[in-house]
Amino acid sequence: MANHIDLDQVLHTFILEARELLEDMEAALLRVADEADPRESINAIFRAAHTIKGSSGLFGLDAVVTFTHVVESVLDRVRDGAVALDEPLVALMLASGDYIGRLVDAVERGEPQADPTTEPEGAALLERLQEFLGGREPSIASAAADIPAADALATGGAARWHLSLRFGPDVLRNGMDPLSFIRYLATLGEIEHIVTLPDAVPVLDALDPEGCCLGFEIAFVTTADKAAIENVFEFVIDDCALRIVPPGSRIAQYIELIRSLPEQPSRLGEILVRCGSVTAHELETALRLQAGSEPAQKIGAILAGQGKVAPQVVEAALAKQKQVKEMRSTESQSVRVDADKLDRLINLVGELIIATAGANLVARRTRNLELMERNSTLSELVEEVRDSALQLRMVKIGGTFSRFKRVVHDVARELGKDIELAVSGEDTELDKTVVEKIGDPLMHLVRNAMDHGIDSPEIRAARGKAATGTVSLNAFHDSGSIVIQVSDDGGGLDREKILAKGIERGLVEPGRAMSDAEVYALIFEPGFSTAAQITNLSGRGVGMDVVKRNIAALRGSVAIASEPGQGTTVTVRLPLTLAIINGFQVGVGKSVFVVPMDMVDECVEFTAEPGHDYTDLRGQVLPFIRLRELFDVPGTPAARQNIVVVKHAGQKFGLVVDALLGEAQTVIKPLSRMFAQVRGISGSSILGSGDVALILDVPLLKQEAQEDRGHAARQAESLEAGQ
Amino acid sequence: MSTSSPAFRIDGEFTIYRAAELAPAMKAALDEVAAGSALEIDLSEVTEMDSAGVQLLMSAKRSADESGRALRMAGLSPAADEVFRTLQLAWHFGLSQ
Repeated sequence: MANHIDLDQVLHTFILEARELLEDMEAALLRVADEADPRESINAIFRAAHTIKGSSGLFGLDAVVTFTHVVESVLDRVRDGAVALDEPLVALMLASGDYIGRLVDAVERGEPQADPTTEPEGAALLERLQEFLGGREPSIASAAADIPAADALATGGAARWHLSLRFGPDVLRNGMDPLSFIRYLATLGEIEHIVTLPDAVPVLDALDPEGCCLGFEIAFVTTADKAAIENVFEFVIDDCALRIVPPGSRIAQYIELIRSLPEQPSRLGEILVRCGSVTAHELETALRLQAGSEPAQKIGAILAGQGKVAPQVVEAALAKQKQVKEMRSTESQSVRVDADKLDRLINLVGELIIATAGANLVARRTRNLELMERNSTLSELVEEVRDSALQLRMVKIGGTFSRFKRVVHDVARELGKDIELAVSGEDTELDKTVVEKIGDPLMHLVRNAMDHGIDSPEIRAARGKAATGTVSLNAFHDSGSIVIQVSDDGGGLDREKILAKGIERGLVEPGRAMSDAEVYALIFEPGFSTAAQITNLSGRGVGMDVVKRNIAALRGSVAIASEPGQGTTVTVRLPLTLAIINGFQVGVGKSVFVVPMDMVDECVEFTAEPGHDYTDLRGQVLPFIRLRELFDVPGTPAARQNIVVVKHAGQKFGLVVDALLGEAQTVIKPLSRMFAQVRGISGSSILGSGDVALILDVPLLKQEAQEDRGHAARQAESLEAGQ
Repeated sequence: MSTSSPAFRIDGEFTIYRAAELAPAMKAALDEVAAGSALEIDLSEVTEMDSAGVQLLMSAKRSADESGRALRMAGLSPAADEVFRTLQLAWHFGLSQ
């Protein structure tokens, strides 16, 4: 199999890594402004650009190399302190990072590479980047010399080699002069730099004047190939240590070279820098890498095994790889697994749970105590397997949050407001599928908070607030849900305006008493968003109703709280996972329904005020819904009905059922599109018996119950008034 | 070039053929220089120079450096200059390019 791994696979790895590096770069760019000592971040930015350039060169992605080289050159000046990494440059770097990302995307799609020097967007960016170079570096041209071997050789152009020469002691006595070899070498190309090593030359007292202890490090530009270069030293080859580092070799080669030579690594490094064969930065990396060496890594083995890339070049690439790996290993040790494999595992675990439930059922029916006991052990284990399997798909929300730093940065500039993003609860974990789907709604909420929540600096000043507005993202776990809050410290929602608009739009009956939350919830209504200025999200094409719909599709809910003059908080609640939940089964007639266990508060015996849909729960009005009526279940209610008290987003309501069947693992199977319009049901599940149970959509039922409660409350009022 | 500095002039060939003879002579010249002072090496009359000459100069520089003296190049003949350029020695010997 190893022989069949093709270059695509490796290219894929490159693409993934390039994206990660771009993310790192972006994160570092965004934090630079807030840091007292940004050197570490600047280095991280530089490293990212540098590594992308290096590895894209390896794949012959000239467009990426050419463009990234200029970015790197600018960053090098930043590192040297020649250019300040100020606001406009950060913005330019972010845009450049995006552009590199797009070049990488094009590579992934297998599209022909656009030439960034002529393609309008790339050219515009390059032109702006050049300003920071102050014409000091002929960047684009010199990028060519930096393109690795495979390329340079293929095109037959002049390439830059590095030669390391150490002459043996008898060379002079044998009548050969190292100088003449070097003169001969010069006829093959251009000696760009040469360092004559004085290190091995002793003091006069110890010198053997006729012995030879000279060494040379040479940066040599030529169109000749390696054999031709070796030929130059043919007559002296037995008496001379010659090491040739091919063009385009990267740091690994130089590490090898440094290791194999007698001089001190740091000293040699200096010489290499002077030869221009490596940059000071590369040297730094080399020396750091030298500290810990590791066996060859996979990608190199693949490439070399393929024979598609010269082994020297692979070796060099490995160092890059390692560099990336090392950076990552400081963060966390991880294995990259195909999402498909994980999904398959989760599916299997789901099947396992259903099968266990079936086995349990049979065990109970046969009343075989031993079997029941074994089964319960099995169930426990399956439950653990389920949790671990689901845990595999759990990712921290921090990754999603950090994307917003960029959004806030860009939008704030766009709006001419000074806005900061405060993030907390980044370590809160949730299912990967949820994370992927929550990105867009959150993006919308954040933009909305910035656009309409945060006031202009003038208004803020007038209200005595700090000039810098804050948008906060917070996440935490709460009874089986993940709660994500998007807050701003802006002016808050205008209750009267929204209410008026709601009445105008026919969403609210005039004169109806409404809680603040109910009024604010109006902005999530379809048809509300488009006209009302408060939710006018120009050019973004979606309104808050879309946000709400997207969140509802994830079995989540959204609520809004606002304090006039103080700010607005939008709270999104989402289930932790979309796959398997702990369910509480209830029976109505012959049907079984499942309520997510985390939402079940308690169960009480059914009692009700005759003719009303509410009951008295320890002195509190508890609205309830009769599931039998809601879902038109045939048959008559059982003699003793129960109320399952469920709690969602801090509010309780009851579900009237015939029987309480107990807790069970519930594997959520999505409903087919045909049932997508069914209200109150969020999914289905297969019971141990093979029957289908429907999973109740508690957040949606809550709304219905609330509407009923409003109704019930008014009924109660009118009754009291009548008395 | 101050005349007060002691100088060591190499005439004609500065090659392997004279290396054995020049090494002790340079050593002697260097020894006569007071610590903290410089020995001027005058290469203006060199007609031919090879790697052995380069090596000698490097060795002399090291001796000077290690004994707290300095070595200064005073005048390069065209032949010497060609070698200095080929091997890019100016930096090492503190000459401006």
